[in-house]
Amino acid sequence: MVLLELFWVFVQIGAFAFGGGYAVLPLIQRFVVEERGWLSIKEMTDLVSISQMTPGPIAINSATFVGTKVAGIPGAIVATLGNVTPQFILMMTLAYFIFRDKKIGFLDKMLKGLKPGIVGLIAIAAISMFKNSLFEGGIISVANLSVVALATFITGFALRLITRFDLIVLIILGAVMGIIGNLLLVGFP
Amino acid sequence: MEKDIKLSEIFLTFFKINAVTFGGGYTIVPVIRDEFMKKRGLIDEEEMLSLVALAQSGPGAMAISTSLLTGYRLRGWKGALTALLASVLPCLIIISIIFYFYEAFSTNFWVKSALMGMGGVISAVLIITVFDMGKAVLKKHNYFSLLLMTAAFVASYFFKVHTIIIIVVLALTGLFTFSVLSEGKVK
Repeated sequence: MVLLELFWVFVQIGAFAFGGGYAVLPLIQRFVVEERGWLSIKEMTDLVSISQMTPGPIAINSATFVGTKVAGIPGAIVATLGNVTPQFILMMTLAYFIFRDKKIGFLDKMLKGLKPGIVGLIAIAAISMFKNSLFEGGIISVANLSVVALATFITGFALRLITRFDLIVLIILGAVMGIIGNLLLVGFP
Repeated sequence: MEKDIKLSEIFLTFFKINAVTFGGGYTIVPVIRDEFMKKRGLIDEEEMLSLVALAQSGPGAMAISTSLLTGYRLRGWKGALTALLASVLPCLIIISIIFYFYEAFSTNFWVKSALMGMGGVISAVLIITVFDMGKAVLKKHNYFSLLLMTAAFVASYFFKVHTIIIIVVLALTGLFTFSVLSEGKVK
């Protein structure tokens, strides 16, 4: 029955992920991390990093990743199909009307309310990911601070803000810095 | 009004597009335009614009909606289903393989160190993205947008209101506000 639950969870995530890209993160955090414990925040952060370096939207990548973790390949298929079902049904319905030249104004009005609110929700996902990347177990204290992650955070922040550095290059740079930093701090394994 | 293209060709083209297009979102639009508008001339500029607009207003990944709507425009619901499956298949294959590597190696020193570094970078990028998105939405109706942005944050962060309830309330607020007041009246 875990397959049914996977399907239903991702139908809900797919139905309410308005606003593109990162808009799926607050929903993943709620349904997958907090309510079901299928992923930790740390794993969600890794998933976002991986998503940026592979083709395909974060929403689909998340569904496949979580599905595989929970129930192997069948889980991946079920979660991914669940995730695209709402948009398939909605788009087919709207396309039927719109390509017959009838305007759909209500969606546009709804989006005007959704877009600013979603930003507030993504901010929360960003805070959680920040806490869990930089502090062991997500508990903010000097003892839990990871110097390596702090260094890549500052580097990433500065480069992205000042030069709009390419995202993939930046993530690879972070990976290299992570390895060098840990070699210096912990030593050769 | 169905176009002269085989379902297998729709499948192969979308599979190819989604296997090489990184990041999703808008990045896929120029690629679809190239394939079906410029190369094959099956879709015109205006159709392309209306289906991109439609894809943006729905939930879920925009790249997937754009693909399935293009499929619909080409061969009706069969085309849409073909385009949809071809679009998600590359992700399914790539990410499920990556998952097994991740599961096996995420505690390995080298992989763990790399992921630690990547985590710092991705948190920085996400924080900057939130600021950029915030700036973009505040350009229009700044009081209204600021109110909704803050309300959603407070409701979720401090009061742990369920994300779906927040999203429904946001959508209804937008629908109500812009149905009652005209565009220019909302500050």
